[in-house]
Amino acid sequence: MRRGTPKPESTDAVGREALQDRSAQAIERTFREESGRIIASLIRACGGDFDLAEEAMQDAFLVALEHWRRQGVPANPGAWITTAARRKAIDRLRRDRTLAAKRQLLETDSALTALAGETGEQAMNQVKDDRLRLIFTCCHPALALEAQVALTLRTLGGLTTAEIARAFLLPEPAMAQRLVRVKRKIREAGIPYRIPAEHTLPERLQAVLAVLYLIFNEGYAATAGDSLVRQDLCSEAIRLARVLCELMPDEPEALGLLALMLLHDSRREARTGAGGELIVLEEQDRSKWDQVEIREGTALLERALRMRRADAYQLQAAIAALHCTAARADETDWGQIAALYEDLSELQPTPVVYLNHAVAVAMAGGPEDGLYLLDDARLSEQLAGYHLYHAARADLLRRAGLHQEARVAYLHAVEGTENMAEREYLERRLREMTC
Amino acid sequence: MFLLYWNENDSPATPEEMIREHFAFTDQARARGAYVSSEAIGGTVAATTVRVRDGKTMITDGPFAEAKEVMGGFYILDCKDLDEALDFAARIPDARSAGVEVRPVMHVPGWDYGPTAEYSRQAMA
Amino acid sequence: MRYVLMICTKEAEEQALNADESSARLREYGAFSEEMGRRGVLRGGERLRPVSEATTVSVTHDKVLASDGPFAETKEQIGGFFIVDCKDRDEAVEIAAKIPGARHGKIEVRPIWEM
Repeated sequence: MRRGTPKPESTDAVGREALQDRSAQAIERTFREESGRIIASLIRACGGDFDLAEEAMQDAFLVALEHWRRQGVPANPGAWITTAARRKAIDRLRRDRTLAAKRQLLETDSALTALAGETGEQAMNQVKDDRLRLIFTCCHPALALEAQVALTLRTLGGLTTAEIARAFLLPEPAMAQRLVRVKRKIREAGIPYRIPAEHTLPERLQAVLAVLYLIFNEGYAATAGDSLVRQDLCSEAIRLARVLCELMPDEPEALGLLALMLLHDSRREARTGAGGELIVLEEQDRSKWDQVEIREGTALLERALRMRRADAYQLQAAIAALHCTAARADETDWGQIAALYEDLSELQPTPVVYLNHAVAVAMAGGPEDGLYLLDDARLSEQLAGYHLYHAARADLLRRAGLHQEARVAYLHAVEGTENMAEREYLERRLREMTC
Repeated sequence: MFLLYWNENDSPATPEEMIREHFAFTDQARARGAYVSSEAIGGTVAATTVRVRDGKTMITDGPFAEAKEVMGGFYILDCKDLDEALDFAARIPDARSAGVEVRPVMHVPGWDYGPTAEYSRQAMA
Repeated sequence: MRYVLMICTKEAEEQALNADESSARLREYGAFSEEMGRRGVLRGGERLRPVSEATTVSVTHDKVLASDGPFAETKEQIGGFFIVDCKDRDEAVEIAAKIPGARHGKIEVRPIWEM
């Protein structure tokens, strides 16, 4: 608190405070934007030792906090942190007197020297490869899926353990334990820090995309939890998909996934009302849709589709694009959406896809056409415990004017959901049916 | 170490074919300089489980855990990393029947009896 | 005849041991191996890293599936094995009972299928 006439020293204090503010901001920005890149190179230089690299980077940020406050923010903060972290890694290895550490010191020392010597294009390529190494290692199929997700968010996303724990509704020690275990498995089972060989690349890329989509969906189709943290998950998944597309620009699967996430995300603001209640697509205020994301998403999708390797992500993105580009709900091209769902059901013959196909058919033709598909004996048996099946059936029955049957279906749907926003929507419909 | 699991109830129609595949796999592993050792273990009908509690030995007939799919043998291969190990695992015939569990062998200082000890002695020479 | 003696223990219990306890156990194993080495029956053996570091591979229709963890989530897990060459099953059982793991876990004795 500054009071009274400023004395010379308090002018200094103002200046110092401004410098402190600037350095704190610079540190936060550098961490946010560059920690993924910095840690990727450090892990390679540390011979694949995640813990050593992570500790060295943390040390470097601590030094920066002190140093930048006094000396000002350096011209290239990322490079500054990388250099400081290398020194810290060596220091840590020197302090560790075990034989294993001594052997590692020799290797790391030369790797770090080589890292410092990399210049220009060579360095750029190395950075690119290091980031891919990190992505593929975090999403290695020999790791449990939930461990892949946690490690990706921690290492590539730079999220804290506490943040990840909150997002997945786990106590922090449990999440910390999960991270310790996954790093131990990487080390002890010998998971290599490497971009996969050509012949396994398509499969391994699928695993990476699955992790990113899971992170996005955890944030988007929230079943519970803190909404702010969940929004972060969506943004983080999009950011990581962008990095992946930058690194692998010729993979339509990656472009398709990024397009899909952007198109879904564009509707985020319009998806919930002031009270947090869920607003279905046809009732959303389309002026709230993010046109920048829609334009970027459709452009990416077109680029992906031109590569002629359509997969489930691209088909889903195409469906989302048709929704996003309809000016009004009743202008939606349901005929094409139904056709896309039919294609999708061949790639993903899951009950949920059949369900969406039936709804699209109903929208293109009439509710009876959709109900005909939904009442298929096998489908109704498979989906009996799935609340969205009952919700979709209820909506079609309502549209068909069969209010008594719609009521029963809405009741089934309400019973099955734990999501408050969804429940409120269904209960509102149920009340309409009772009137 | 690769622990090989198979379902004893559906024994292969042609055991000779299975054995041939294992020999072919062993040749491959040898050619790549990865082979350390392997054994085929007799069926669980011949298994005996031993426990000692309070100095008393208790013997029961059968394997330690009753399961449809049981371990039927193992390979020990020297792999440069897990990706190479997984690549080998996928080529073992048992991966197509029940599955192959890949576990790192623990380095025990001073242990001098294992096939890996022998293998590293040869590697050193 | 050669037998495999599989050491099946509860991993969580092993991991909960403190440094003194685990080095005491290591010494017991050392003494066992020395005794069996002198007796001339020991043909080999290995200790495995815990199942949390295992990966299981299966192939269906030429598709390789790798997953985290052991093949079977059983209460006890194979933590290592010895191979012995001895007279008959009775001697194999007698040796198995001397393995330190027999006192806190189980030892599964199975004949090796000689090719």
